[in-house]
Amino acid sequence: MTITAILIVRRGPGADAPSIRYVVPYTPGQSVLDGLRFVRQALDPTLSVRHSCISANTCKECMILVDGKVAYACTARLEPREMVLQPLPNKVHLRDLVTEIGPPDERLDHALKTLGCVPPRTPTR
Amino acid sequence: MSLDTVTLATDVLVIGTGAAGLSAALAAASVGAGVILADRSLIGRSGATIMAQMTVAAALGEEQPDHWEHHLADTLTAGRGLCDADLARLVCEQGPDEIRRLDGWRVGWARRPDGAIRQAQAPGHDRPRCVYVDFLSTGPAVAKTLRAQVIRQPRVTRIGDLCIADLVLHDGAAVGAAGFSLADGRPVVIEASAIVLATGGLTRLYQRNSASANMGGDGHSLALRAGAELMDMEFVQFFPIGHLAPRLVGMDPIMWDPFRYKLGGRLLNAAGREFMGDYGHEEQGHYNAPRDRATHAILSEVKAGRGSPSGGAFLSFQHVGADALRAAFGPVIDRLADNGIDLTTMPVEVAPIAHYHMGGIRVDAALETRVPNLFAAGEVVAGANGANRLSGNAITEALVFGRRAGEAAARRAGSMGARPPAGRPDAVALISTASHSKGNAASAIAALQTVMTTHVGPFRTRAGLVLALEAIDELKGALGDGPPGAPGPYAQARLDWFDLRGMLLVAETVARAALARRESRGAHQRDDHPETDEDWTLHQTIALTGGDLALGRAPVVGRPALQGAHG
Repeated sequence: MTITAILIVRRGPGADAPSIRYVVPYTPGQSVLDGLRFVRQALDPTLSVRHSCISANTCKECMILVDGKVAYACTARLEPREMVLQPLPNKVHLRDLVTEIGPPDERLDHALKTLGCVPPRTPTR
Repeated sequence: MSLDTVTLATDVLVIGTGAAGLSAALAAASVGAGVILADRSLIGRSGATIMAQMTVAAALGEEQPDHWEHHLADTLTAGRGLCDADLARLVCEQGPDEIRRLDGWRVGWARRPDGAIRQAQAPGHDRPRCVYVDFLSTGPAVAKTLRAQVIRQPRVTRIGDLCIADLVLHDGAAVGAAGFSLADGRPVVIEASAIVLATGGLTRLYQRNSASANMGGDGHSLALRAGAELMDMEFVQFFPIGHLAPRLVGMDPIMWDPFRYKLGGRLLNAAGREFMGDYGHEEQGHYNAPRDRATHAILSEVKAGRGSPSGGAFLSFQHVGADALRAAFGPVIDRLADNGIDLTTMPVEVAPIAHYHMGGIRVDAALETRVPNLFAAGEVVAGANGANRLSGNAITEALVFGRRAGEAAARRAGSMGARPPAGRPDAVALISTASHSKGNAASAIAALQTVMTTHVGPFRTRAGLVLALEAIDELKGALGDGPPGAPGPYAQARLDWFDLRGMLLVAETVARAALARRESRGAHQRDDHPETDEDWTLHQTIALTGGDLALGRAPVVGRPALQGAHG
């Protein structure tokens, strides 16, 4: 019999977003991010969970709440039980497990403020 | 709901923020250009640089007398006859200046008690030449140092979470880029007098890789669709001793390299026997076999039924002793313990893993592509490493090419009159339009990775490459009518769609070039053509012509007498 983990994941934008249960295969040593990547590939590609480096813990993008505690999804271990996954509570929520984590002065709106938005020009030819 | 397109303008647009992109932005700004530095993820955290735990090669002569010509000779030998000697020379000649510049910015190169910078001897080098930052911190230290310099440079505007979907052309020249803001899905057009692609490699095309999710060959597909040529696409470097088992989280899978620099270690087959000697590489506790040869040896053992249980080789440090391990790697030993790995009592399993790509965009000596005003820097550039990259050359290349491309782009922008308008590029329609596509791009990407690993990995055959090309063609069906769903905040399924579109195009160039090259050389090994063929001492180019990929050939630039052409 395949051993499974059950990920209960907050979905959608908005504070009253529902949670969805995903049943994923479990092998010892896997990370929560392994489970979430399985969900995206096999069950539901619309689930958003940002990450760059996958497993090296260098990009620091995959920080979420695992059972209410702040953790990196890539280093938190998947366990063969129900695990509740939520976005960080102290950041602007974008979608599913993704929050706005870029520094304020490295966002598009900051650039628009600094450089000014250019009126679009059409090539004349 | 339709989101309004925003338009920005700049002298130089740099895409990508690994060492190459950060260096390019700094260089362009330092000669007076205004710069937009864009990344699809976090600035300075998204590419390969931050993951590099290893070493950086430069002829500093701190451990032993050295000269850049010795470094160049080793680089050309490793390249198996296919290096562009002009580009390789740039890397080796200017590398020391870049390393010392970073030292001045306090990157923290490891030093000896007498104050000299430590240099390790990596495989393929004739003497100790590779600098590093302890412990396994080389890449993060380089990225952090460059990022700190960029932040102090007011001419550079940094924009993270901005995915570039297409370049914009006017009369055949690059005049800007179109993309979308991941945070809200807004379409963004950037008008630029010159553009530097610093998007890194393509190793995400493979199942087992040391890449980040951002390394699916973004720059390669942007350049191709803009009319640039790619070159040497068949040469994908597999790092021989990528971590395989037991499962290790929170560490880069290529971390065993520095362990071998410092401690040697023993590479063993299932019978517990050292086997590198059987393939002509007597290791005797020293770590000296070039990457292509070591990959070949390990996979040959696996094929012969002498592999480790998970399909690789054993790497053992059991003879080293707990004190020596602790002295060499300090806190890393605890991180291994968290993963249930005790090197004093057990070996680990390692196997080749897609690590770097020698091919890329074809450029001239100023790092400009054949598309006017479009430059490239770092791993995305073809030529400096030929058919096989020498250890330690990747970050050196990123720093040297970044600076040179940034300066060249800034000079171009300075010499131009009015910037041509970017208008409303086709990509904006794609970015702003919702679709009911049902394809699962994340799943198709995983399928593509399996195809590439199975048929376009370190060992290739005609039959396998033909199968790969058929499978790639079939996977194009997953693209459907366009990006699925509606534009909006962090619509990752739409990002996957753009990734899949680019990855399928780039994967096809790798498979097509590999099928055409009927010989074995460096990182390209054909089981059906196992010998190196002198007549194949040439580059293959590939470009989009009328919507189709067309292969071409180009002679090798530079000093053939210096290049080791032995397969």
